[in-house]
Amino acid sequence: MHYPHPESSRTQAFRWARTGLMRRCGRIQCQRAVSEVRHANPVASFDEAREIGLDRTDLVSMYRNMLLTRGIEDRGRTLFKQGKIPGSFYTGLGNEASAVAIGSAMGPDDVGTPIQRNIGVHLARGTQPWKILAQYMGRQGGPSVGRDGNVHFAEFDLGLITMVSHLPAMLPVATGCALAFRIRDEQRVAVGWFGDGSSARGDAHEAMNLAGTRELPVVFICNNNHFAYSTPNRLEYAIEHLAERALAYGFDGVVVDGTELLSVYRETHLAIEKARSGGGPTLIESVTLRLEGHGVHDDASYVPRELIDEYRDRDPIDQFHRWLVEHVDFTPDEQRELESAVKQALNEALKLAEASPEPNADSLLDGVYAARDALEAPHFS
Amino acid sequence: MAERTYLEAIAESLRTEMQRDERVFLIGQDIGAYGGAFKVTNGLQETFGEWRVIDAPLSETAIVGGCTGAALMGLRPVAEMQFADFVSCAWDQLVTVAAKQHWRAGTPVPIVIRLPSGGGFAGGPFHSQNPESSFAHVPGLKIVCPATPSDAKGLLASAVDDPNPVLFFEHKHLYRRIRGDVAEERFTVPIGTARLERDGDDVTLVTWGAMLHVAIEAAAALAAEDVSVEIVDLRSILPWDSDAVLNSVRKTSRLLVLHEDTYTAGFGAEILATVAAESFEYLDAPPQRLTAPDCPVPLAPSLERRFLPQVEDVLHALRELLAY
Ligand SMILES: Cc1ncc(C[n+]2csc(CCOP(=O)(O)OP(=O)(O)O)c2C)c(N)n1
Ligand SMILES: [Mg+2]
Repeated sequence: MHYPHPESSRTQAFRWARTGLMRRCGRIQCQRAVSEVRHANPVASFDEAREIGLDRTDLVSMYRNMLLTRGIEDRGRTLFKQGKIPGSFYTGLGNEASAVAIGSAMGPDDVGTPIQRNIGVHLARGTQPWKILAQYMGRQGGPSVGRDGNVHFAEFDLGLITMVSHLPAMLPVATGCALAFRIRDEQRVAVGWFGDGSSARGDAHEAMNLAGTRELPVVFICNNNHFAYSTPNRLEYAIEHLAERALAYGFDGVVVDGTELLSVYRETHLAIEKARSGGGPTLIESVTLRLEGHGVHDDASYVPRELIDEYRDRDPIDQFHRWLVEHVDFTPDEQRELESAVKQALNEALKLAEASPEPNADSLLDGVYAARDALEAPHFS
Repeated sequence: MAERTYLEAIAESLRTEMQRDERVFLIGQDIGAYGGAFKVTNGLQETFGEWRVIDAPLSETAIVGGCTGAALMGLRPVAEMQFADFVSCAWDQLVTVAAKQHWRAGTPVPIVIRLPSGGGFAGGPFHSQNPESSFAHVPGLKIVCPATPSDAKGLLASAVDDPNPVLFFEHKHLYRRIRGDVAEERFTVPIGTARLERDGDDVTLVTWGAMLHVAIEAAAALAAEDVSVEIVDLRSILPWDSDAVLNSVRKTSRLLVLHEDTYTAGFGAEILATVAAESFEYLDAPPQRLTAPDCPVPLAPSLERRFLPQVEDVLHALRELLAY
C-alpha cells in the first residue's frame, strides 16, 4: 500500500477546507484569517544561543544527551531482540532533539508529563541511563519497579509524572499541576506532551480549554511525527497545523521544526518563561517524523519512502553536530571523546541494569493504597 | 451537638476542612458564586475566594485530571460532580490515572470526588444513578456512601485526610429530607467501618445510602410483629467492613442486602459471595438481595416507584427470608 505524501495531501485538504470556510464566511460576511500560528525560526548563530542563556557547555551537554538517548534506545532494541525485554518496546528515533531541548528548557522546579517518544526528557532531567534500561527489562531498579514497562515511567523527584497508556490522559494532569502553581502563586510551570494522534481525543480539548480559561502556567507540546501508529496526519485532523488549535483556546500556537534542537529549545524556553511570568499557556507543535515503526513489531511499510529519506537527511543528531562544528568549533577530537564517553556510560548502565533483580513476587500487593502517613500533616494558613 | 440536615453537614464539613488546611480547595461546575446545583457550596467562595472555590468549565475529565495534578503537587482537591452520573466522563482519569498512580509510581493521589447520587425525585436515567459498584471493582480507589448527617460530616473529613482517591457518594434524596445530630467540632468516621444502626436477633439487613431510611421504616414495622431486625449501615463500599457483616450474620443466621443500585454485579453480589464463602455454616436461609431491577432509572413517578425498592418490598423480602 502506498499513501500519498502526507504533506502534500495535507496542504491539499487544507486548501479545500479553506475554500469551504471562505464560502461560508462570505455568506455571513466575516473575514477571519484561517491560520495565524507562528513558524519558529532556526537559531542561526552562537550569539543567538547565548541570548537564550546557553553557553558552549550547555550545548555540548544537550548533544551528549541526544547521543545517550539514541544509544539507550539502540541497546533497548538489541535487548528486545535477545528476548530480555518483556512485553513491547518503543523508541523515539527522530525525536531526540525535541525531547532533550524541552527537558533542558524546563526550570529546576518545573514539572512535566512526558510520553512515549521522550527518553531525552528523562535524561535531561537527570534520570540515570541504567534505570531506563532496567525499566525496559522490567527490573526492580526501573522507576516503575517492574510494575509497568517500556516508556511508562518517570521519576517524580526529578519533576516528572509517569504517563499512562491512555493518550493523552496526562494533559489534564499537567493542567492540574499548573492549577496548583496558580493557586499557590508559585513561579513554576507544567509541561504536558501529546501526539498528533492523541490530539484527537477529548482530554486534549478539556485540558487546553481549562488552561486557557484560567491562563494557567502550562506549556503543551504536540509531538507531531506524522503518524499515529499507521494512521497519517490527514486522517487524524482537518486543519493545516495542530498548533492552530491554540487560537481557539485563547493562547498562542507555534510550529517548530522538531529536528532542530535549538529552535525547539528557544521556543520552549520562551513559552515556559512566558507562562512563568503570568502570560498563560502556549501550544508548541514540534514536527518530526517517527523514523521507525510505532513499536519494534511494526515495519512502518506504510510510511512513504521519500518522507523517510527526507527526514533521514535531517537527522536531528547529525544536524546539531553540524551546527556545533560550524558555530562553536566542535572538533573531531571532542566528538571522539564524547562518543567514547557515551559508549562507556551505556556499558556501565547495561551492567547495572542487568544486575538489577526481578521484582520480588511477594511485593505484588504492596502500595495499592497509600498509607495514612504518606502525606504531611495539614497546613495551617 | 446540633441538628443538621444531611446537606448542611456536608457544607459544614467542607468549610471546616478548608479552614483547617489551606491545601484544600474545591473545584466543580457552578460551585462558586452560584453555590452549586444543590447549593452545597453556598457561601464558600465568599469566604475562601475564587482560587479555593473554583468554577470549572463543563469538563469532568479536566476537573478530575486537574485534581490529580494538583494533588501530586501537594494540594488536597475536592471536586464536585454536578451529578454522580457525570462521573462516567471522568472514568479514565479516576480509573486509569488516579487509582493506579500510587502502585505504579509511589506517589499518593489525595483527591476527593463528591458525587450527588441516587433517585427518588423524577431525575430520570441520567440524574439518578448510584454507580458505586462500577468503581468498587477498581483497586486503588476508596468509596463511601454516608446515610446520615453525622456520617456525612465525619466521612468527608476522613476522605479529605486520606492519601488515596476517595469517591464520596452523597445521596441527593437525603440532602434536605434527613436531619440528625452532628457534633459541632471536627471528627472523623474511619473509612471502611460499618455502623450498627439497629440491634436485632432474627435477621441482618445490610444497606447504605438512602436505602438505610427505607430499612429503618421496615424494621420498625416488623418490630410491631415481634421480629427483631439488625441493621448494618455499611457506610463504606471500598474497603467494606466484612467483619461487621459476618459477625451480624453469624448472630442472626439470615441476611438481606438492600441497595438502590441495580441487581446484577451490584455490590450486594460481593457481600453475598463473601457471606456464602465465609459463613455458610451459620446460615439458616439463602442470603438474599433486594435492589433496583436491571434497568435504567426511569423518570415517571409510577415507574420510578416500581424501580426503587420500597418499604413494602423490604417487608416482603424479610418475611420470606424469615419463613424459609
Ligand atoms: C486512548 C488510547 N487509544 C489507543 C491507544 C493505542 N496507541 C498507543 S500509541 C498510539 C498512536 C499514538 O499516536 P500519536 O499520538 O501520534 O503518538 P506517537 O506514537 O506517534 O508518538 C495508539 C493508537 C492508546 N495508547 N490510547
Ligand atoms: Mg504521532
